[in-house]
Amino acid sequence: MATTTAPVGVATGTRTSFAAGVWSWITTVDHKRIGVLYGVTAFLFFLIGGLEALLIRIQLARPENTFVSPDFYNQLFTMHGTTMIFLAVMPLSASFFNFIIPLQIGARDVAFPRLNAFSYWVFLLGGIFLNLSFFLGGAPDTGWFGYSNLTSKQFSPGHGVDFWAIGLQVLGISSLAAAFNFIVTIINLRAPGMKLMRMPVFAWMTLVTAFLIILAFPVITVALVFLLFDRFVGTNFYVPASGADPVLWQHLFWLFGHPEVYILILPAMGIVSEVLPTFSRKPLFGYPVVVYSGIFIGFMGWGVWSHHMFSVGLGPIADSFFALTTMLIAIPTGVKIFNWIATMWGGRVELKTAMLFAVGFIAMFIMGGLSGVMHASPPADLQQTDTYFVVAHIHYVLFGGAIMGIFAGIYYWFPKITGRLLDERLGQIHFWLNIIALNVTFFPMHFVGLLGMPRRVYTYAPGLGFDTMNMISTVGVFAIVIATLVFIVNFLRSVRSGETTGSDPWGGATLEWAIPSPPPAYNFASIPTVHSVHPLWEADASDLIKDVNRVRGPIHMPPSSYWPAVAALGIALLMSGMIFGWWFGIPGLLIMLVGLYSWAFEPCH
Amino acid sequence: MAVAAAVHPAPHEEHPTSTGLSSRKMLFWAFLGSECMFFGSLIATYLVYRGRDTVGPHPHEVLNIPFTSFSAFVLLMSSLTMVLALAACQHGDRRGTAGWLAATALLGMTFVGGQCYEFTHFFYDGLKLQGNLFGCTFYVLTGFHGTHVTIGVIWLWTLFTLAIRGKLPQEKSLDVEIAGLYWHFVDVVWIAIFTLIYLIQ
Ligand SMILES: [Cu+2]
Repeated sequence: MATTTAPVGVATGTRTSFAAGVWSWITTVDHKRIGVLYGVTAFLFFLIGGLEALLIRIQLARPENTFVSPDFYNQLFTMHGTTMIFLAVMPLSASFFNFIIPLQIGARDVAFPRLNAFSYWVFLLGGIFLNLSFFLGGAPDTGWFGYSNLTSKQFSPGHGVDFWAIGLQVLGISSLAAAFNFIVTIINLRAPGMKLMRMPVFAWMTLVTAFLIILAFPVITVALVFLLFDRFVGTNFYVPASGADPVLWQHLFWLFGHPEVYILILPAMGIVSEVLPTFSRKPLFGYPVVVYSGIFIGFMGWGVWSHHMFSVGLGPIADSFFALTTMLIAIPTGVKIFNWIATMWGGRVELKTAMLFAVGFIAMFIMGGLSGVMHASPPADLQQTDTYFVVAHIHYVLFGGAIMGIFAGIYYWFPKITGRLLDERLGQIHFWLNIIALNVTFFPMHFVGLLGMPRRVYTYAPGLGFDTMNMISTVGVFAIVIATLVFIVNFLRSVRSGETTGSDPWGGATLEWAIPSPPPAYNFASIPTVHSVHPLWEADASDLIKDVNRVRGPIHMPPSSYWPAVAALGIALLMSGMIFGWWFGIPGLLIMLVGLYSWAFEPCH
Repeated sequence: MAVAAAVHPAPHEEHPTSTGLSSRKMLFWAFLGSECMFFGSLIATYLVYRGRDTVGPHPHEVLNIPFTSFSAFVLLMSSLTMVLALAACQHGDRRGTAGWLAATALLGMTFVGGQCYEFTHFFYDGLKLQGNLFGCTFYVLTGFHGTHVTIGVIWLWTLFTLAIRGKLPQEKSLDVEIAGLYWHFVDVVWIAIFTLIYLIQ
């Protein structure tokens, strides 16, 4: 039983080397390397999703355009939504959970390092599987929400919907495994003295997100199980002719789907709650209120799902109930916004790129929140539903909100991850281009939406008043592409030759800034004792920093393992066997069993 | 990774945790919370679709309450033997652990066997998976429950193999305890299913 330990007395000598061989990446159980894997993979999927959006916008630039076929257009908007939600925003958040959470709570790793590796490999294989559909008979084309009974064998005879349903099941396994892991990590692996109300807000929001994942994903799992039974076995779960109600799908889907909205945005809220205090040189205003608002949102998120279904005609009582709960859930969100603004108020605000993105997040999220709360009113919603107004709304909260928050996190923690700073000048260009471009792209969609332009339709007739504003939106998307290219150039340059930095370039308040950048494999040579929400802003911070980097004895780190990757491969083959046939499924089952059993009996200390 | 240095004997007890609770047990509780939503969605679908069928067979025509009461009793008894297996393991009673684990697994297999018999019977009574709504909701719900029991049986036989080889000493009673949590959960789900589907028609 080989136990890898750090040499005694050398706290900063051994660093996580990102240049090591491929095998070490496949077998790694280090949360930091897994975080990097998540981040890079998810960013590549983000680019694929962005490319799909670009093609959509080129098609819509002019009326009656024939750039893509109607069929391919359906595949594009379906895969754009699915990719951005499940393969970009969620795993980009997971990348921060992985890299940052153990550092923020003073832990050496997550509670279950091999389960963590397993989550990543399942995510990677699920993402590849989903995208293979483009080359194997056509991607899913029924929208990311896959409404029944459009997804039935009768109306979607190809394999696209199968790829979609099975792919989402695979990705669900990954999200669930990761969420279990982070719940236990955050509750059980905090440094001594770090009470729940001394946790960084990002850790809090991660905890709420993880709870939402473990309770919401089983619901879509069941909805997809019914769909797969209908398609593969010929059951009648969503077949109206047998007395079934296709609205069942909508209830199950949105019972998952609305909590999913908070799964996407809460991590970004957590990130800006870290960035704003650091660059305002002021503790977060009303820390407990921000935390309780997050928890309240987590609870309330379960009682609003039917605001996605006002046009179904659920009746006045259901409509009134869900209108009221939806208006209510805007309150804790508004509370957070005022807390963020009050954090900056009277602070010594330093507009570094990370801070710009955090402030931009607030501005864009307010816009998206305002158009969102309009949908709380059923009569207004009936006018707006299925139009570009809703497309404008979701892109203000998800691109202006979640993605801007994630960029704030990237600029903020990049020096911790790599030991180098992202170039500040290119960062500022990226921010300004991005925020202008996103408004040019998405703001006109409010107008074309209110004028009645429907979403998910591959073209529109000229002379309806849509022409100019669609052209403006398309120009805006090209500017978003340029902004993203600026970021990529910045990233690739800075990762190799960026300005090197010490452990704490921004003067942060939380534990991750107490250790070297990049952190050693074991993170903390000695586990700190915490007495405050912002331990590094206390008078005794220098003692704490000295203390955590002093090695006192051998450090046990879990050995690397390839069994999680093997088990993930087995699951992916098993599930894909539903489409590719038993010669994928049977080996997949065997590989999965070998992987799981070897994993279970492998010594882990 | 850090430079490999001296080999240390691996401690069997887990690292100290913030709450003092075992991390593995906490993970398992979170998993069971997730499972509640899974079975909750399946059961809710069954209830929503109940009575919407225009064609039979309907529940009262096929369900055999005395027979299923017997298999429900068998499953309940297996929870008792599971408790005894854990107690034996915690007292370091190797033979008792193995014996009670085997008893639990056999009772579980009896339940699954009963379910196979029941499914066959229903099938010949005309209840098809591809038939009416009662058919698809019933088979999928109880089928998923049966799959959970089967996984539990495999898990129990794995522990049994460890126990007879002496690899399940007192210090490892957590392994039995977690399998027990799973087993009791599956049992409780069956009580809910039995009550809602069989008793309240
Ligand atoms: Cu919603």
